[in-house]
Parts: sequence; structure tokens; C-alpha cells
Amino acid sequence: MTSRPVVALSSVSKSFGPVEVLHGVNLALHAGSVHALIGENGAGKSTTMKILAGYQPPSKGTVELDGTPVQFDSLQDGEAAGIVMIHQEFNLAEQLTVEQNIFLGRELKRGVMLNKAEMRKRTREYLARVACDVHPDALVSSLSNSEKQMVEIAKALSRNAKVLIMDEPTAVLTNRETQVLFKQVAALREAGTAILFTSHKLDEVAEISDQVTIMRDGDVVHAGPTSEMSEDAMATAMVGRDVSDLYPAKPGVPADAPVVLDVKGLHVPGFASDVSFYLRKGEILGIGGLIGSGRTELMEGLAALRPATSTSVTMFDKLANFKRPGDAQKAGLCYLTEDRKLRGLLLERGMRENLTLANLHKFGGFMLDRRAEETALTEAIAEFDIRAGTRDVAVGNMSGGNQQKLLLAKVMLSQPRVLIVDEPTRGIDIGTKQQIYAFLRGLADAGHGIIVITSEMPELIGLADRIMVMRTGRVGGTLGADEINEDAIVRLSMGLGMEQAPKVA
Amino acid sequence: MTDTTKPQPSGLRMPSMSVLGPIIALLVLLAIGAAMNSNFLSAANITNVLARSAFIGIIAVGMTFVITAGGLDLSVGSMAAFIAGLMILVMNAALPSMGIGIPIILLGMVTAIIAGMLAGLLNGFLITTLGIEAFIVTLGSMGIYRSLVTWLADGGTLSLDFGLRTFYRPVYFDGILGVSWPIIVFALVVIIGEFIMSRTAYGRHCAATGSNEHVAHYSNVNVRRTRLISYAALGILVGIATIMYVPRLGSASASTGVLWELEAIAAVIIGGTVLKGGFGRVWGTVIGVLILSLIGNILNLTDFVSPYLNGAIQGIIIILAVILQRERKTAN
Repeated sequence: MTSRPVVALSSVSKSFGPVEVLHGVNLALHAGSVHALIGENGAGKSTTMKILAGYQPPSKGTVELDGTPVQFDSLQDGEAAGIVMIHQEFNLAEQLTVEQNIFLGRELKRGVMLNKAEMRKRTREYLARVACDVHPDALVSSLSNSEKQMVEIAKALSRNAKVLIMDEPTAVLTNRETQVLFKQVAALREAGTAILFTSHKLDEVAEISDQVTIMRDGDVVHAGPTSEMSEDAMATAMVGRDVSDLYPAKPGVPADAPVVLDVKGLHVPGFASDVSFYLRKGEILGIGGLIGSGRTELMEGLAALRPATSTSVTMFDKLANFKRPGDAQKAGLCYLTEDRKLRGLLLERGMRENLTLANLHKFGGFMLDRRAEETALTEAIAEFDIRAGTRDVAVGNMSGGNQQKLLLAKVMLSQPRVLIVDEPTRGIDIGTKQQIYAFLRGLADAGHGIIVITSEMPELIGLADRIMVMRTGRVGGTLGADEINEDAIVRLSMGLGMEQAPKVA
Repeated sequence: MTDTTKPQPSGLRMPSMSVLGPIIALLVLLAIGAAMNSNFLSAANITNVLARSAFIGIIAVGMTFVITAGGLDLSVGSMAAFIAGLMILVMNAALPSMGIGIPIILLGMVTAIIAGMLAGLLNGFLITTLGIEAFIVTLGSMGIYRSLVTWLADGGTLSLDFGLRTFYRPVYFDGILGVSWPIIVFALVVIIGEFIMSRTAYGRHCAATGSNEHVAHYSNVNVRRTRLISYAALGILVGIATIMYVPRLGSASASTGVLWELEAIAAVIIGGTVLKGGFGRVWGTVIGVLILSLIGNILNLTDFVSPYLNGAIQGIIIILAVILQRERKTAN
């Protein structure tokens, strides 16, 4: 790289109050190059990106645009300089249409009137470039996460971004959608755009990026061409220790282990029909399949979180009839939601209130015993290695990995004997992933039954003793311990003999 | 985020502005009142202010729960008027057979409480089970109760039988050791309300439901029942407030309880409860009620500002309180 960087950080430090979170970071983005920024949660990636995009000023050091130091006073300045950032939590007005969002704040006009025809035409062009077939008039609130992601990228395209910064763009995408995104990223690279993205998926980093910068605890610990580094080396540099044994060993489930959960003919209107499966003691059952195949809704139906009917559900040799979520909890079945921010935790509340919310009956009959709650929190912090600044921090200010650990602690407070976890490691760093995998395997070894729903293929293969693949609301097939491989899972989730992949909602 | 979590004793922090703000405002009002009129701090005046606060205050405690759970009830003023009218009709009708005595007063009280509970349950049912916006449902029931009481009174005033009124009067004007009954009841309602809000699972469920009902649902909280109970409890409290109110004037008309709903909501907000739900405190509501009553009282006792500007000053206080709430949010 001899060319001058489009935008660069030079010895940038950032402090929030007395705490310095970035220590002299250097980072240079070049035109026509894809740069990956990786590190554990809390390593300083988000802050680095925000400084680059002009959301926050650096405390020390300079941001250089085309070689000259600049000071962005607002993100408008950053956008005016051609730097566009796409957030993990989308920045779209939910009640407006796709077209209105793409032109929000820069509406095309003819005189005083909006030039709707032109805006619609261009919206179609941008959407076509990202291979997204949503209608320009569709409300953003009606779109799936992946479609929203594509709309965000289309919006960035419409601003002629010189520098595109993406915070975990693939976290909510399926593999197929990720490929579409990467095609678009490659096209942007050809067109001379400088691209920076973060990801927890190292295979993606290896696939798409030219340069990689690895951060740990606010420092850059490695920077260089991606081709010179293996995925293992990246992981080791990120965590600062060896993580090659990411998944715990599978001891194997004896064929005569008792069945703890036997579900027959489970039907969740609109999402899943006639699903039967069983779970053995000490077993981790993986549920694979595309997003939208009804996996989440099936399990929510089982836990009575949404309306469902079944031929029979037997738990521990007793017929179960869950009418309300509380019934499932009492019987020892708990579901850990995939959406920790909207369904799992009260973000503006502290850890104590979140931890005990589903189990307040255990903390005093009528009057709550706060001291007992504090004790439970102390135990949870120790057991799950939850790291937060202070005990009374609002949960929304904690990192994703720590939120997930708290959510796990919250569910474990119900002492489930059958635990269903949905996307247990979405958007969290590799070190925390390893801890969660070890915890789940530990539970299984202790005789619990575990069901893991995940979209991450390595996780499914690495963790599960047996895999059930869902396809369009039905069981696509089941794979025993010796049949588990990526090819078989993909074939089952696509449906054997199908020419075309099913449309993902 | 590298330092591990240190156990920190809670409750030893410096109270934030959102806690201190309403208290300081109340103290400032007390100081102004005392400086402007020597009668302000007299026992008679304080008793008067507290007794008048009691109606709105009892209702506002219930409103705190409804708002904390993410709801709203605009119908409480009309509901109070309707219950007052109903109570008077029932007691007058029973007079020939029961005569003047404690049983007929009890009959009136039971009528008020049951009517309040049913009215609250109806609001709650429409909101939680049929899923209609609380604003719409209670705007509708506000109109219904208001017009029902007008109809019952035939456009005029429903008056309690004179003999009954004389017998019933002590419920507003008497008390124990010089503390009148409305103040005692208000105090009890506040103590029980504060206890439930901050110390029981139900209070926590209200806050969770108002904060994020999906999280509450996924945490096995019965969101629908939590909300339904909050509306029913508010209805019962409206009934209790009416029991205190009827002996004061002995009548009900179309103008009874007008704007009570707004005063109750204003008191809740001034006290620091968040209008969109998720956080509520009963003691704050009490301070909110006292602030609103004291403004009226000070304006009446002094000729510095016209009492006709009472509403304007209350309005300014409400807006200021919300601005203070927002400051707290940005400070975080």
C-alpha cells in the first residue's frame, strides 16, 4: 500500500470521563480496499468506527482526510466528506417507506414539490444493485432484518460514499444474504470505495477483506494484509490466548439414555406444523435451518409464549399441557430468547431487576427481599463471569457478551431441566462464546436436556450431539452424531431435490 | 470493561436531581407561602390543604400504577362524578326502608367501591383483552360517565337527603386526634401504594410491563393481568375518593370532578413517574399532589398573583417537571 489513505486515524486516544478506552490507535483506509476490524466485545472497535465517521471526536490524536487533519463536528460533516456508517442497530425510520428512508433529509424536489417519480426510479436502481427485491413503497417496519440491512446499504450507495463503515453487517444475515452483501462489497471495492467492517465471523474476514486490524483492550495488537494470517492466528491475537478448542468435547449420549422431552405433532399456526421430536437426558439437540424456517416460533410455541397446539408433549414421563409461559417454567422448561435487546432484558434497568424478573416468587412471598436478590446477583456475576463497570449500571450500557451472560443467568435462576437456547452467541466475541459453549455442555453433562437453535453452521456442528433441521415449518430431517456434516445440513435445510433455495422471509 | 464487578452498597449514592427536584420545589413553595402569609403554616390551613389534596391524591396513587405499567386513564374525573351520583341515588332510594344510620352509609360505600372496580375492570378489559389504545378507551369512557351523571341528574344536581347528609358529614369533617378522615385514608393509601410499588413482585411487574412488554412476556410476567389489575385498582381508589368527597358537598352534578384526571396525571408526572411507563414512584406522586394544591392555596392566601392564574402556574410546573426528567435522561 503506497497510495495515500482516504481517511486515517493517527495516534487516536479516547476517554470517557477518567476511563481511557482507546490508547493511541492508528488505522488507515485506502481507496479500493476492504479493511476488517476485529476484536472481542469491548476491545474498542465501535468507538474507533464512531471516531472515523465523525460521531465522536477523539480525545487525543487526529483524524486525517486525504492526508490533512480534519475535525468533524457532527456526523453531517462526516457524511459531507463521503464517510457513511451503517449501524448494527439500524438507523431507519420504521414508519416511513423504503423510498422515503433512502432520500430522508435530501429529498429530490421539483420546485417546491417532491419529485416522487425520480426518487422512485433511483430507489429501484439502488435496490437492484444490492439485489434486494423489496418494493420502494414497503414500510420499513414490515421488512426483515436482512432486508433492512440491504436498505441501509442502498441508502449508503445513494450518498456516493467514498468510505463505507459497517458495524457487524452480517450478524443478522443468512449465509445466502451474506453472499449477496459480499458481492456488493466487491463491486464497491472495484469502484474505488474504501470499506471498513467488523465481524465476529473470522471465515468472512478471511474471505472478503484485504487488510485486517485486530484490537484488544483499546490497543491495536496487529495490522496487516489478511492473506498473511490464518483464522486461528486471528482468534489467538484477539483473545490473547489460544482458542483452538472453542467447542467442548462431546462425551456422546448413550442410546438408552432416558427421554426427557417427547413432543408429538406440535403445531404453531402460521409458522410450524406437525413437528415431532424428542430429547434425551444429557443431550444437546441442535436445531438448524434457515432464518424464517419456523425454528424460533416452534420453540416459543412449545414454551407457550405464543399460541400452539400439539398431539402430546411429555416431559419426564408426565403429560405436559402448557397454557401460559409460567406453566412451562414451573415444569422445568425454559426458553432463552434470540433477541436479548427487545425480548430478553429491560435495557434501562439494572442487573438485579433483570436477573430476578422471571423468578420474583423466589425472593419473598409478597414482600421482595432485596438482600436475597443482591446475593443472587453476586453469585450470578461470579458464576457467569459478568463484567460490568458497576453493579447498578443500566443493562443497555453493557456489552453484548455481558448482556448475554446476564440473560443466561436470568434463565438459569428458574433451574430448568430442559433448556432451549435460541442463537445463544449472536453478536458476541469469541472468548465469551467459548464460555457459553462450555457452560451449555456442562449443563448437559450434569443431566439436563439442551436444545440449541443457531444459524451459525460451525456452532451447530461443534456443539450438537444430534441435529434436527427445520424447513418451511416442518422437520426437514434429523442427523445422528455420525451423520453431522455441513453438506448434509445444507441439503436438508434447502430441501432435497429443490432447484431453488426457498425464499427467506 | 476490564475491571471486574465490585460489589457496591446500594442506597449510599448521592440522590439525583430527579429525586431532589420535586422535594426542593415543595420546600421552596412552603418557604414562599410562609413568607407571604402568616396563616399559611397554621394547623387549620395545613389541614385544609391536605384534606383537599386527598381526593386527587388517592386517585393519583392508582394512576401511578396505571402509568407505570404503560397505560393511561382519562376517565377518572367523570368516573368519580358518576360514582358520586350513583351513590347518592342508591342511598336516597334505600332511605325509606333502611332509615338513617350506619348501615345505609356502608351501603353507599360498598356501592362506590364496587362501581369503581367494575368501571376500572371495564376500561382494563377493553384495553388489555381487546387491545384498544388506553387513550382511546378512556377518552370514550370519560364521555360516557360524564353524560351518564348528567342524565341521572337530569341536567341539574343530585342531592343527598338532608338528614343523611348531616349524618354522613363527619366522614369528611371529623377524624382522629384532629386529623380528618380524608387525610388518614390518603396516608394509608400512600403507604400501601408505596409498599406495593417498591417492595412487591406486583410493583416490579408493573415497571417491567411498562418498560418493555415483550421482555415482561418472555420473563413469564402475565402482562395482561398486570395491566388489568392496575385499572381495577385505580377504579377502586376512585370509589374510595368519592366516598370521602360526597359528604363534603352532599351532591353530585355534571361539573363534579371536572379535570380531576388531568390533575392526577400531572401530579404523577411531577412526582417523577415516566409518562411512557416503566418507572414509577408513589411518594413522588404525593409530592406532586402537594405541589399542585399548595400553588392554589398560596394564590388564594396572597394577592400577589391573581388566583385566576392558578392553572397557568400549574401548567408551567408540569412542563418544567418533564424538562427535568429529560435532563436526567440525557445526563445518563
